[in-house]
Amino acid sequence: MSAENGISRRTALMKLGVFLNGVIGVFLAVPIVRYLLSPVTRERKVGYDSWLSLGGLEQFPTGQTRLATYRNPLVNDWDGETGSIACWVRRVDNQTFQVFAINCAHLGCPVRWFPQSNLFMCPCHGGAYYQDGSRASGPPERGLFQYRYKIENGKLLIKAGEMPTPGQPVANRAGGKPTCA
Amino acid sequence: MRLIQKVGEWFDLRLQLGTPIRETAKHPVPRDTASWFYVFGSAALTCFILQLVTGILLALIYVPSAGEAWNSLQTLNHGVALGWFIRALHGWGSNFMVAIVLIHMVQVFLFGAYKFPRELTWIVGVLLLLVTLGMAFTGQVLRFDQDAYWGLGIGASIASRVPVIGPWAVNLMLGGPIIAGATLSRFFALHVFVIPGLLITFVGVHLLMVLKLGINEWPMPGRVVRRATYMQEYHQLTHDEGIPFVPEAVWKDIFFSCFILLAIAVCAIHFGPFGPGGQPDPTIIQTAPRPDFFFLWLYALLSFLPPAAETPILLIGPAIGILVLLALPFVAGEGEKSWKRRPIAVLIIFLVAVALGTLTHLAEHTPWSPVMNAWSSEPIPPQYVHGRTALEREGALVFQAKQCHNCHSLNDKGGQRGPALDAVALRLTQDQLIRQVIQGGGNMPAYGKNLSPAETTALVAFLETLHPANQKPARNVSQAVTLGESEVSPR
Repeated sequence: MSAENGISRRTALMKLGVFLNGVIGVFLAVPIVRYLLSPVTRERKVGYDSWLSLGGLEQFPTGQTRLATYRNPLVNDWDGETGSIACWVRRVDNQTFQVFAINCAHLGCPVRWFPQSNLFMCPCHGGAYYQDGSRASGPPERGLFQYRYKIENGKLLIKAGEMPTPGQPVANRAGGKPTCA
Repeated sequence: MRLIQKVGEWFDLRLQLGTPIRETAKHPVPRDTASWFYVFGSAALTCFILQLVTGILLALIYVPSAGEAWNSLQTLNHGVALGWFIRALHGWGSNFMVAIVLIHMVQVFLFGAYKFPRELTWIVGVLLLLVTLGMAFTGQVLRFDQDAYWGLGIGASIASRVPVIGPWAVNLMLGGPIIAGATLSRFFALHVFVIPGLLITFVGVHLLMVLKLGINEWPMPGRVVRRATYMQEYHQLTHDEGIPFVPEAVWKDIFFSCFILLAIAVCAIHFGPFGPGGQPDPTIIQTAPRPDFFFLWLYALLSFLPPAAETPILLIGPAIGILVLLALPFVAGEGEKSWKRRPIAVLIIFLVAVALGTLTHLAEHTPWSPVMNAWSSEPIPPQYVHGRTALEREGALVFQAKQCHNCHSLNDKGGQRGPALDAVALRLTQDQLIRQVIQGGGNMPAYGKNLSPAETTALVAFLETLHPANQKPARNVSQAVTLGESEVSPR
């Protein structure tokens, strides 16, 4: 009888030990998951995008499309050149712009502007876009992604900071009509 | 000699591994399996060990930082004695490993080795294929050049299409809002810690099951696998007429592994290391990113899928493929093993090989991509402008200046995105040419806004001259009837 009790007591202690380990495991898992999800949660609160200057308006002649680069708002010292991002700026008239992401709306390759034929062409899978960014041909399902822009003190500012991708609600909201702030 | 024996005995008393190792080595295998068809599994393991060793050697120099990785690869290539050779061994070892894993899988499939009781061995093998491909992809990222950078962009674009969680998946994959230092760091962790850990675990389980269940016997037509009797039949094959694995069967494994190592070394010496290509600077956009060899078929597939079907196929296709592979041993766990009695199995392998081979071949030529510099680098063939009118030559000029040549070839030079135009006048009448140029369609952009009426007239006049000398161009018969012969421009 006592032996049986002893076994059951030790079994109970073992089970208690396993349970305690489980509790501590969960306790540790929460910060680990939180840490792993930090690219999604922490920065998301403030948002990745912010207003960035592309330089003075005089750099962008009316009726032309020019390549502009900016430094991403959220960078680390070791990001090197990857922190610099390019985009295409089209000046429609004095106060109207279109700022296109460099990334093809298909799979993100860098599109190139051909002023002679007024087309953007993608080197990867052959997507092509008209000068206003709308889809001309190829695999993309939509036109080029557009950044929101505003003009302040003679400078062109865009709201950027996150790589535009097809599934992104922000990218889809900004696409289509140019939104003037 | 006596000393060595004594030391050996000292260790064995403590480790007690001698007997199990001897038993493993001497375990009987079916006589027919001492075959050159049974060497691919061990060759894959040899490749993996080579990758492990060369990977550690590379990690002595490589810097997993977005700002430094490219420079450290240059140092490896040029600044460290034989650093280029270690990189080349690792790169070629990777290609050989993927190839041998695939060959091993095909052999196992055709020999029916996934059937009872080796279902789990097959499933772990499928996981091994996935982690091997995972190593190949993450390794390509660590070669942090332009291809790696834009390849990550493609990966992120695919991830973003997952319903609901897409944008979060992108941030998780990139480690932040853009492809940058955090991205490289997490792919380094995957390539160096996480996936190799999985790989070693799966290899261990895979090998353990091969030892416990025995190597698959040579499939004989008519020798059908049944759950009730197989174990006993296999026991008979191995214990009554089997041969010891060492040395009767293993010598072929050893020789083939030697051959593979030699082939990797020869490739490494002759072809050298892979890249790195251009610097991973996203503001340098004069680049045409391409994936490594074993992902080329996917690259081709992505340009041929209809836009509307692309997202579902991209997201559901791989899941279905993996599920089919995992379900295979449960659906076909019994029955004939021999490929001679399994025509559909042979046909599937044939079709998959032809499909992957064709897509890979296409991806090496990228006919779907405009040739970005054809308009300025490929002249109009002289015979197409010789003896033409001023208007037609003006049209040839428009053809070049408006980059038509980037997508359309003349005399096999130029892009292949659109149809070759050497004989376009046979296919389209003047009106149809004008309509096609101005309105586009059929995957061609509309040029109506980009061409003046004069340019369009000249371009179409040039296109109308593009037909073989002995064949008349297409013409609109009804136009001739309504306007009268004299009104239609004679040519």
